[in-house]
Amino acid sequence: MVKINGERLDVGEMSVLDFLKKDGKNPQRVAVMINGEILPKDSYDRVINDGDEVDILGFVGGG
Amino acid sequence: MEDKLVIAGREFDSRFILGSGKFNPELIKAAIEHAGAQIITLALRRVNSFNGNILDFIPENVTLLPNTSGARNAEEALKIARLAREAGCGELIKIEVIHDSKYLLPDNYETAKACELLAKDGFVPLPYMYPDLYAARDMANAGAAAIMPLAAPIGSNQGLATKQFIRILIEEIDLPIIVDAGIGRPSQACEAMEMGAAAVMANTAIATAGNIVEMAKAFKHAIIAGRTSYLAGAGRVLDKASASSPLTGFLNE
Amino acid sequence: MNKIDHMTYLSDMEVLENSDIGEQVVSRMKAYDYNAYSSDDVKRALEAEYPSAEDFGALLSLAAEPFLEQMAAKASVETAKHFGNSVCLFTPLYISNYCENYCVYCGFNCHNKIRRAKLDEDGIRREMEAIAKTGMEEILILTGESRKQSSVEYIGKACEIAREYFKNIGIEVYPMNSDEYAYVHSCGADYVTVFQETYDNDRYETLHLGGHKRIFPYRLNAQERAIRGGMRGVAFAALMGLSDFRKDAYAVGTHAYLLQRKYPHAEISFSCPRLRPIVNNDKINPKDVHERQLLQVMCAYRIFMPFAGLTISTRERAGFRDNVIGMCATKISAGVSTGIGSHTEEDSLGDNQFEICDPRSLDEIIAAIREKGLQPVLNDYVYVGK
Repeated sequence: MVKINGERLDVGEMSVLDFLKKDGKNPQRVAVMINGEILPKDSYDRVINDGDEVDILGFVGGG
Repeated sequence: MEDKLVIAGREFDSRFILGSGKFNPELIKAAIEHAGAQIITLALRRVNSFNGNILDFIPENVTLLPNTSGARNAEEALKIARLAREAGCGELIKIEVIHDSKYLLPDNYETAKACELLAKDGFVPLPYMYPDLYAARDMANAGAAAIMPLAAPIGSNQGLATKQFIRILIEEIDLPIIVDAGIGRPSQACEAMEMGAAAVMANTAIATAGNIVEMAKAFKHAIIAGRTSYLAGAGRVLDKASASSPLTGFLNE
Repeated sequence: MNKIDHMTYLSDMEVLENSDIGEQVVSRMKAYDYNAYSSDDVKRALEAEYPSAEDFGALLSLAAEPFLEQMAAKASVETAKHFGNSVCLFTPLYISNYCENYCVYCGFNCHNKIRRAKLDEDGIRREMEAIAKTGMEEILILTGESRKQSSVEYIGKACEIAREYFKNIGIEVYPMNSDEYAYVHSCGADYVTVFQETYDNDRYETLHLGGHKRIFPYRLNAQERAIRGGMRGVAFAALMGLSDFRKDAYAVGTHAYLLQRKYPHAEISFSCPRLRPIVNNDKINPKDVHERQLLQVMCAYRIFMPFAGLTISTRERAGFRDNVIGMCATKISAGVSTGIGSHTEEDSLGDNQFEICDPRSLDEIIAAIREKGLQPVLNDYVYVGK
């Protein structure tokens, strides 16, 4: 089990990049944190491990 | 005459910065166009399901200004800025550090610290702040590229409640002063520009207007009018009667 | 005479890092054209809530001359706003008139055959005691500009003695390095007056023929070094009449303005000395500054920097001084003698720097201040630093 944006999910063996694609997110337009650390763009091939907490952030309206 | 807003070497023709909060995304594009805005602010949040990316509604040539909303201290602001950079934004960051959930007033102390942290990390910080001269100086010394004092509590539409203090910043700080938060009507934006503000940022006033597009237009014209008036130098005639016994009657020579 | 280059620092002179105020002042002064303003510019300047450097330029211009009455009215309002009815008092004390400089207009210059003297510690103490007895609480210690005769330690010692008798101590001595200012500050001085004489460096060169003072930029940066040395306040002046007084006054205001912007905590004040008759004055052509013009400059300073102190010189006659306090001046000297030892000796030990025009005692000046409905203030600050 992993936690993605606070939600418990079973994603199996999958890289961050593959997860973003599957989820319909443009990797260029999001930022990813794993266990509170920012994951640089060139490391998106990192596999999401069991127990990881992943945050996927993107832009929304704001003042 | 060329009159550009210059922020850290970047030039803009428009002096209207549009906030994108509280909008229906479809209306953002129209608002940007009718406002003539070249800078738009954004926030960074967890994106759960793909329901249309706001970036798809913002024209290419508009500069994105991510804010650090959600940050409660300087370190969090730095982290949010870094995330914004990862998500594809440039160096310009509006620093917003708030840890009062009732009034949502910015914490100047943490904001000044955040300016320093962000500038050291290669960002161009634009701090949203409570108009205080000492804090503004600290932020300028820490590397801020503009100062964004609030006119009134955020979202309040109360107008230039802090007018005299913003004036002091305009007088004393050698950076663009961008009036942010609290501007509720075009006439208030005009007043801010007329006293020498470099730009005005508005969001709620437009997002909550009866007709968003028309209100965006009204702000655009008000900001241009205020700026033009400032540049023209408001003329006043001094025709006070002289005192009956002159003050300078004692002079010799 | 073999003259040194007046723009090159001597080896013992500190060069400030991160400082371009001096250059900016000179270049802005050179660009200032006092013929370029209209009466509308002056009216606008008089109405401005926060007058800009441009407004200041307008107030010093020829176009402002017919508006002197309005300037005086505006200055009076600003003075009252920032200083209320108070007028500060101080006495200058000359402790030495030895000088190494050759300034052609000055009575103290090293080629003038005057009686030279320097007070020893006892002499300083006697003079200070005599001044303190009149009730005076603030003193301005002056020396001729000789590092040999009046060393930094000597001046520091004078400040330490002054501390026993006075609450407030200023110095008007040769320009120092910032560590020397820090030392004198630790001895009790907390404000520094340095007159630039003229900001026109070409004219400066022809008037200051020898000595440390010949080095124009070192003098120009004295106030900034004093602030970096920890001094609370600094005073600025040009000796009006040496060069084009409008340009010099513009430079003085600009200098103070830029310094205050860079060091917002610094207290700023102005002095407005005019050239008065002194020994060998015929060597130069005085560019006369009349009372009207002197008042225009003083009011322009007041309107441009309403929070700044403004000292009215004892070179001016009593009638002038009494009318400008409360209007634009905030500080006035009393019981003045510019000779050495003249507060206690029958005949002073050393000659005067210049003739004073208002010899009134402290009591007489206090009476004149009260007469105008103003309030004499002997001390408005407590020095707490060591």
